Amino acid sequence: MFAYCADPRTLEGLAWLSCYLSSGTHLLFYASFGTVLLLLALTAPVSLALGFLGALAARSGFAPLRWLGKTYAAVVRGVPDVIFFLFVPIALDQGIEWLRSRVYCDPSVPVRQGNEFVVCAAAKMPLGTAPGWVHDFYGIALAVVAFSIVFGAFATNVLYGAMQAVPRAQLETAEAYGMTPRQIDRRILIPQMWSYALPGLSNLWMILIKATPLLFLLGVEDIVYWARELGGTKTTTFAYPHGDWRVWYFLALLVFYLLMTWVSQRAIDRLSARLSRGQATLAGEAMRKAGVAA
Amino acid sequence: MSAAAECLQTIADYGLRSIGIGERLLPRSDFTLCQQVTLIGSGMIWNLYFGVLALAAGFVLANGLALAKASPRRWLRRPAEGFIFVFRGSPLFIQFFLAYSALVLLPREGLSIFGLTLPTGWMARAWAGALLVLTLNTAAYSAEIFHGALRNVPKGDLEAADAFGLTGWARFRRIVWPTMMRLAWPAYTNEAIFLFHATTLVFFSGFPAFRQEGDSLYYASYLADKTFNPFVAYPIAAGYFILLTLCLIWLFGVVNQRLNRHLPGQARRLRYRPNIIR
Repeated sequence: MFAYCADPRTLEGLAWLSCYLSSGTHLLFYASFGTVLLLLALTAPVSLALGFLGALAARSGFAPLRWLGKTYAAVVRGVPDVIFFLFVPIALDQGIEWLRSRVYCDPSVPVRQGNEFVVCAAAKMPLGTAPGWVHDFYGIALAVVAFSIVFGAFATNVLYGAMQAVPRAQLETAEAYGMTPRQIDRRILIPQMWSYALPGLSNLWMILIKATPLLFLLGVEDIVYWARELGGTKTTTFAYPHGDWRVWYFLALLVFYLLMTWVSQRAIDRLSARLSRGQATLAGEAMRKAGVAA
Repeated sequence: MSAAAECLQTIADYGLRSIGIGERLLPRSDFTLCQQVTLIGSGMIWNLYFGVLALAAGFVLANGLALAKASPRRWLRRPAEGFIFVFRGSPLFIQFFLAYSALVLLPREGLSIFGLTLPTGWMARAWAGALLVLTLNTAAYSAEIFHGALRNVPKGDLEAADAFGLTGWARFRRIVWPTMMRLAWPAYTNEAIFLFHATTLVFFSGFPAFRQEGDSLYYASYLADKTFNPFVAYPIAAGYFILLTLCLIWLFGVVNQRLNRHLPGQARRLRYRPNIIR
């Protein structure tokens, strides 16, 4: 990166370190932090939306829809999330390839041949001829889906609980004003539930942050992958030889996550104060007495 | 040989495979359902080993940490707060990696202190290193739960203790601690379930599976890789964990009943609201 880095062997001390930390592989390492943030940015809204649909389904008056919503939330319960992270991407990948093989391949050839899962080249996803970045993006997309399914189920539980927690009297008041069930949902239930949902959702956000290193298990080249790659012992055949430095790289990751959770906690505290304003709850009442302007 | 006899033979061969007893080689092809169930079940031994020991050791440590965090003395409170912040604020997965890469740096010939040579190689093995991380991790989460419960011990209970002339250790042991446990128990049940689920991470996080002796998810992913079929092995592992979760809920429910036995008609059984998040 810097001009003086042309021959790292002649460098010492800080100059060596600055060249080492700005080498090509390190830039990829820094970019992989972006992958993590991208995963967070995509997964959080998708799983919130899934959770919202799940919660509405679980409250539905139509029984099959209610069962669907409740089963979805219950299936994730009792099973380690890692199993889902390992299972969903493979299952999804095979499902897509199976569907494509029914369309693009000879349907008389079975996909499962003994212990093999075989589809013809035209049904591969992504195609074998596709450039590398397509494969990378496909991997990340599968990861987003896996994370969204798991966290959507968590969010279903949280939002369902929050909707149940909205005081009955508030909904009855709306009924007395002659609102239709749909109007009540839109104007009363959904705006009011956020203050009850926030503790659960903020917990969920923290868990989501702490689940991101599991990307490594899905074969994505994320921060854990690069920390292992870069930290491992480098012999003198490398431009920057060093011993086993993995512990320092993982320490950096630890600090990164501590910062993320610390910043999130501060943001959540502010948001929670904002949502408690004017609520008929202990926190809201305390703010009213303290004379915080609504 | 009939299917049942064959399956019994498989159980004899692979039932204790995860701790190195029985067949040396894992099956390589033509996996039967019986083999998959047996192997994954055999892996559960490790999940139970990590879960039970970390829970027991973490419980003791968490009590100390919770008290330290509630202490008015700064030099006690600050370290406890820091410990809890670090272990609750970072992913367990990273903690495993960090611990492993730190433990392999220990000198291979052992530490010598006062002429004694302490072997250190075993610390980087999963049974010791991962157990240590799990213990510290669950201690931090449980300490936060216990700390919350400690702050919610009713004032009346403490005043009653004062009225009876109970002080110091006697007051803590007979009044504060039982009430703290009673209040913390539902949340602690959740923590225990999470801990058992977290044990599945061990063999995916740097700690190598020695001679292919791994936990249930290690075998499940081995089988899913070999058969290219995730629809059998992973559901089997999930089934085992649902069973384990139900057992835990029952066991903790029994303890909960005992903790609440002096309260007539109240909380006769643990109302388990499966909090899927901790």
